[in-house]
Amino acid sequence: MNIVELTDIKKIYHQGNVDVHALRRVSLSIKKREFVALAGPSGSGKTTMLNIMGGLDTADSGSVVVDGKAFDKMNQSELANLRLHKIGFIFQSYNLIPVLSAVENVEYVMLLQGVPTKERRERAITILDDVGLGGKYDRRPAELSGGQQQRVAVARAIVSNPSIVLADEPTANLDSETGKGLLEMMREMNQKKSVTFIFSTHDKMVMDHARRLVHIRDGQVADDVVKEN
Amino acid sequence: MYFQLAWRNIWRNPRRTTVIMIAIIIGMWTMIFMGALSRGMMDGMIRNSIATLTGEIQVHHKGYRNDPVIENSMIAPDEVETALRKTLPPGAQWTSRVRVNAIASNARHSSGIILAGIDPDQESNVSFIGDKAIREGRYLRPDDKNGIIVGKALIDKFETKLGHKLVLMSQDAGKEIASRAFRIIGVFRAEMEATEKQFVFVTMASAQHMLGLKKGISEVSLVLPKGADVTQVAAELKAALPSEYEVHTWGELLPIITAYLDIYDGFMFLWYLVVFIAMGFGIVNTMLMAVFERMREFGVLKALGMKPWWIIREVLTESFFLLIMGMAIGNALSFLTVLALSGTGIDLSSLAAGAEFAGISRIIYPVIQAKDILMANLVVFILGILISIYPAAKAAKITPVEAMAHT
Repeated sequence: MNIVELTDIKKIYHQGNVDVHALRRVSLSIKKREFVALAGPSGSGKTTMLNIMGGLDTADSGSVVVDGKAFDKMNQSELANLRLHKIGFIFQSYNLIPVLSAVENVEYVMLLQGVPTKERRERAITILDDVGLGGKYDRRPAELSGGQQQRVAVARAIVSNPSIVLADEPTANLDSETGKGLLEMMREMNQKKSVTFIFSTHDKMVMDHARRLVHIRDGQVADDVVKEN
Repeated sequence: MYFQLAWRNIWRNPRRTTVIMIAIIIGMWTMIFMGALSRGMMDGMIRNSIATLTGEIQVHHKGYRNDPVIENSMIAPDEVETALRKTLPPGAQWTSRVRVNAIASNARHSSGIILAGIDPDQESNVSFIGDKAIREGRYLRPDDKNGIIVGKALIDKFETKLGHKLVLMSQDAGKEIASRAFRIIGVFRAEMEATEKQFVFVTMASAQHMLGLKKGISEVSLVLPKGADVTQVAAELKAALPSEYEVHTWGELLPIITAYLDIYDGFMFLWYLVVFIAMGFGIVNTMLMAVFERMREFGVLKALGMKPWWIIREVLTESFFLLIMGMAIGNALSFLTVLALSGTGIDLSSLAAGAEFAGISRIIYPVIQAKDILMANLVVFILGILISIYPAAKAAKITPVEAMAHT
């Protein structure tokens, strides 16, 4: 079953008098539990693709279906609800809330979902243990290393059991060793919790870890390789 | 957790939060304290006017108010007294007076004054004049036939002193000019210098004798016990008196003060608005800075599934904390200032020599009224929250993609 279905997606950005074709009739299907890397150089359109899959940006034409929901039939509020319950996000620069501790950052998504206080805390602690941050629950982002912050971001993205996690260059700000550890942890979550991971990257090491590698070039899918296990 | 987050957010930049809180505190303090001072000035004006021979209710012969001449005197005061005894609530005080325009003169000066013939004992229960007002000499006694009490300002103006004579001249009941010399036995001080120059006091019997009034009087002035309804008592008294008498409340006797009182609440509201506008710019500016600084964060929250309304609520909660803290401290500070000044008051006589002509006391005691406090707090809170909607809406409006591009 396809969890993401992009069909003929076109996206043009107007920058002054110049039209930049970010995506040119891209079609892509991603199945549940896949661990996919969208690879390509800067400006190739991979972030735009992630944003469109996450409902953060809209396509000029084409259709987007995520977890059986067609975006063109949804309003902003419904899209927000879908993101809240079905999609997890991991950003290049972690983007944790600086005034909240690690556990509170993870809890925050569940607060928006209306999960009761006690359950929220228990689930947040469990997931932080799972990503290897046991004992660092009360540290604020500034008191954590980059790798640890990105682990909190991963915990935040998967705590609400989303169908997919979209990660925009998650290791770009990490050294290779930390990045490798993070990828292994994400892969573990992918297998353990059956969460689909889609991440953009231009890092060779990340591409090596991906189970499916989709090359994007000039706003088009140039190559789509599913690796053998 | 919303409250926790809002609370921590406002302390992200303690210096900025402190600055805006100081602005709210000063604004709040200015509103309440200056309001209390202005209310105190107003109260003082009313108190002064009532004590300066006005009283809370006055009874006159018909026509006296329009033409306060001797012909409009009450020639049979007994029937007024009977009505007063019948209608006044227990604790009410009243006094009769002869009150005519006259000329006071000595060898050097002459001046138009108001001659008040009073019952010394009753008068001190109703108006400012009495033992306490006397600075030199003594107060009148009922048997003083030639004694006169004059104001400090008048005695200075006339370059005379205690024990000297003062000649009073006025029209008598027979429409002839009556004059009589009195000896100054006492000098009084009043809240306002104008009062000291305007009034001279003799016994009622002396005034009646000089003016050929027999038992006639010009007016009856009365004060009611605290809490009594002046309008209602005046209406009852009017009903109990024959039709040739007029009954007026202080509100009718002092139309300028009454008009001022009527528009006073409107003035206060305007004053609060002006202070708030100055403060409001500070609040909006601070909240805008706080919001722009965190645009990326709001974008992340929206990406995570936060709805615009929740972001508005988040920013408004932060404004709520700032306002509540500033208001609480501002209120406390104003109460303490008013408390500290409630005993001594503020002496503004040196700053505003002309103020007393408007009936303003030399010393102002700030007065706090619940409705003023409520109005000031409501203005700050409601408008404070309303203007915070602008930065909140800015934060809520931005799309996650725009916000992520924000550095």
